[in-house]
Amino acid sequence: MAKIVVEVMLKPEVLEPQGNALAAALPRLGFNFAKSVRQGKRFEIEIDGEPTPAQLAEVEKAAEVLLSNPVIENYVVRVEK
Amino acid sequence: MALDTVAIAQTTPDNSQPFAELGLKPDEYARIKEILGRRPTSSELAMYSVMWSEHCSYKSSKVHLKQFGEKAPKSDALLVGIGENAGVVDVGQGYAVTFKIESHNHPSFVEPYQGAATGVGGIVRDILTMGARPIAVMDPLRFGPADAPDTRRVLPGIVAGVGGYGNCLGLPNIGGEVTFDETYAGNPLVNALCVGVMKHSDIKLAKAAGAGNLVVLYGAKTGGDGIGGVSVLASETFGAGGSTKRPSVQVGDPFVEKVLIECSLEIFAEDLVVGIQDLGGAGLSCATSELASGGSGGMKVQLDKVPLRDPSLSPEEILMSESQERMCAIVEPSKIDRFLEICKKWDVTVTVIGEVTDGNHLEITWNGELIVDVPPRTVAHDGPVYNRPLAQPDYINQVNSQTVNVPIPVTASEIKAAVLKLAAAPNLADKSWVTSQYDKYVQGNTIQSQPDDSGMIRIDETTNLGVAISTDANANWSYLNPYQGAKLALAEAARNIATAGARPLAVTNCLNFGSPEDPGVMWQFAESVRGLADGCLEMGLPVTGGNVSFYNQTGSVAILPTPVIGVLGVIQDVRTRTPMSFTSAGLDLYLVGQTQEDLAGSEWAFLHNQRVGQAPEADLQREMRLIELLLEGNSFFTAAHDLSQGGLSAGLTEMVLRHKVGATVSLENPGVALLSETPGRVIVAINPADTSKLEALAIKNTIAITKLGTTGGDSLTINDAVISLAELSTAHTSTFPKLFG
Amino acid sequence: MRVGVITFPGTLDDRDAARAVGAGGAEAVALWHGDADLKSVDAVVLPGGFSYGDYLRCGAISRFAPVMQLVIEAANKGMPVLGICNGFQVLCESHLLPGALTRNSDLHFLCRDQEIEVVNNQTAWTNSFKQGEKVVIPLKNGEGSFQCDDQTLAMLEGEGRVIARYVGENPNGSRNLIAGISNAKGNVVGLMPHPEHAINELTGPSAQGLGFFTSILNAMVK
Repeated sequence: MAKIVVEVMLKPEVLEPQGNALAAALPRLGFNFAKSVRQGKRFEIEIDGEPTPAQLAEVEKAAEVLLSNPVIENYVVRVEK
Repeated sequence: MALDTVAIAQTTPDNSQPFAELGLKPDEYARIKEILGRRPTSSELAMYSVMWSEHCSYKSSKVHLKQFGEKAPKSDALLVGIGENAGVVDVGQGYAVTFKIESHNHPSFVEPYQGAATGVGGIVRDILTMGARPIAVMDPLRFGPADAPDTRRVLPGIVAGVGGYGNCLGLPNIGGEVTFDETYAGNPLVNALCVGVMKHSDIKLAKAAGAGNLVVLYGAKTGGDGIGGVSVLASETFGAGGSTKRPSVQVGDPFVEKVLIECSLEIFAEDLVVGIQDLGGAGLSCATSELASGGSGGMKVQLDKVPLRDPSLSPEEILMSESQERMCAIVEPSKIDRFLEICKKWDVTVTVIGEVTDGNHLEITWNGELIVDVPPRTVAHDGPVYNRPLAQPDYINQVNSQTVNVPIPVTASEIKAAVLKLAAAPNLADKSWVTSQYDKYVQGNTIQSQPDDSGMIRIDETTNLGVAISTDANANWSYLNPYQGAKLALAEAARNIATAGARPLAVTNCLNFGSPEDPGVMWQFAESVRGLADGCLEMGLPVTGGNVSFYNQTGSVAILPTPVIGVLGVIQDVRTRTPMSFTSAGLDLYLVGQTQEDLAGSEWAFLHNQRVGQAPEADLQREMRLIELLLEGNSFFTAAHDLSQGGLSAGLTEMVLRHKVGATVSLENPGVALLSETPGRVIVAINPADTSKLEALAIKNTIAITKLGTTGGDSLTINDAVISLAELSTAHTSTFPKLFG
Repeated sequence: MRVGVITFPGTLDDRDAARAVGAGGAEAVALWHGDADLKSVDAVVLPGGFSYGDYLRCGAISRFAPVMQLVIEAANKGMPVLGICNGFQVLCESHLLPGALTRNSDLHFLCRDQEIEVVNNQTAWTNSFKQGEKVVIPLKNGEGSFQCDDQTLAMLEGEGRVIARYVGENPNGSRNLIAGISNAKGNVVGLMPHPEHAINELTGPSAQGLGFFTSILNAMVK
């Protein structure tokens, strides 16, 4: 059994108010290490066995068509054990 | 881990059970054994413990609340009274309106967003359960000091939660309150009101009638939300090495509830249910025992059929779960297929979990084994009734014997400063920061919403029939004199209905108090209930239902006694309503009602840390005459605005800033005139041509009127004090953004 | 004239949109998301709300509804389609309109009476207005910030496909104060504010929203 992870982030050029709000909140709580913060989404997809290249290609397609909005978001597909 | 069944309980009478950890007293545990003739199973113990808790059984308040029934005024409009999920009143033209207010205080302190969100979800389901389409919500909120760090944690989360859930359900938020006081610091109050409308024939009741009818659970799947005390039980029944389950906060999903509403309304429209109950506090324990008690008397439930989000839940946990967005319906076998079809259309999970039986047994099995066999009434209705000791607290005589000591403005600059100070006070300041997070337009029938005196919804688009609702409380007055405080809040809510031209019809209430184990708090509660019951009888307004929230207390500091009174009224044609403020110059402003020196419990006193004096005495006969005056005057008033906290100063401020039309007024004894909070007063604006009409009404109803001045200009001018609207607006609208961002 | 109003699970303003369609002079026809059937309507409105609870992204799931396949085909053939708020989001997710709607820049849901300027009165949904006419209609959303890349923005502006702009302070961070856009042909319009809630002064801030619903009748007459 394997877990395929798709991480979706807004494109760098898109206005990202949540990340800004988080970056402003951290120092208020005493955390002063962050230069910037961006918020995204993480999808975990469980499959039986190890993922084949064909399956990964399908996940890429799903990521492009459904899990992300390519107009404003980038995605990365990864396999986690 | 072995299942604790009825069979096992019968043969192991001496097993020790964690009844104390579950909140049951030894005598209550003994009583359960007496009722059952044996020790309860762990599932039965869990059910009794939750259903006999203060929250579910009202054990400390029942003896007092029965006054609402005993002193109920005769009212032809009351279709469903206290005892059901919500009260229902006849508003004419074949329409019935159901409304109720409830609290979700403690969860909102722990998790502000979800606490508030699920509070809204819960009250909306109560309204839906009556067979009505929910049409609006309101939210009276109370917080600790406005500038306290914890208020900055709690307020934004609660407001976001109320908005997040209500907006997503498609319910306009048409009013509420935001009030600050130090006594709410560890105990914010989140009271949520919902109103719904239906035709008389649509009214549904919570009863399982008809042996052989099916018990159907539909809505969200069941998870481990909100399991409180039962987690003790769960960890008891798991041996060492088993997983420890911690209680989870209830998490709501408004989309699921929206779909549930649409699905349910289609089901109701096809008359497919015999009885229905929503799953709120105590979840399935409550729904099954209440439905059974209300109907033929018995029910058989196969608990293992309940669809689960979390397959590891034990039967006790399933019975205690407070997972949101679930309903339990009683359906005749001939109608179940259609019921299932409609659920499928809306993609709503639905499962038949049992059937109604005759007799006096609620029997619950788990994979064929009987784990619950109780007489349902003993769980749902015949819980313990306490007659808790009550004693007038020492502070009452102390504060009532003192005179409030506050500076009274005299010069023009002092008057200007006082008006600006009140305009900017957090309790009185502009609340757009809050209310702009709420959708007030959805459903397209909102006639009035914040900051108007009442919320008003059109319920018939052809005849323009409408209803108006207002929620009010004055905790400062209730603190000084709980009996008068409750009456005064009732009068204020009714008056707020009448200023728009609607006639008050019925009452709901949310009674927020400290610990009932404190005789002083219990006295405050008893006095408030007595005052409300007496007031409702005198005003002819029946209490249709409501909610009690006790234990709002941190350590020994209880919240101010805060009975929130909701009044609903009817207006025949919403197009004739009187707006709160004026849009043109040249109108005459009158104060209707007389001002005395009533500074005790006022916002001015609060701002000067004065919590002493005597509360005003309610004169409900005069309030009723004022209401008649307002209803008759509706035909020619161009504006009418109720005076409450902040007195005439706040009233004038709110009126001139509403449409940015100023006013020039002359006052005798301006300091007291502006700051006093004498009840039973309204500002009205009329065309000068209608002066004699107003004078005639005043004489007819024996209400004093005083001409204040005229509308127009770009300032609020009071004697020599000139306050530009720009400066007044800045003071009024800067407070909340400065505090909350 | 028949105007379809689509209901997805979680749609909220469908009855309000239907009311506005009727007030504008057309017949409102209820369309169910799960039915691949446009019932021979002449135009379609995608109303506001929280379809599918805004799961994943606003409008992301509605976009795949059976009825939407037909809407996309019909729109590409010239059928007028108006997407209001959540409807606008569905149109962007369907790629019938460019760009995307994201979280309001101050992170709060905002409901207010918003002044907008109708900057393109040549579309099927805006021809009742004068060019540059300013109207006040309710804005109520949490994800109303219109975003797109620079290229898209240049195209929209250059081709006059911005149909409405916010007047005054930017309420949500939308690029160039964009409140509404159209496709190249002008038959598909997305609008963030809610004209269906401004059809009379009894229940709304004005009756100025009605123009969107009378425009469609003019468009069909032509």
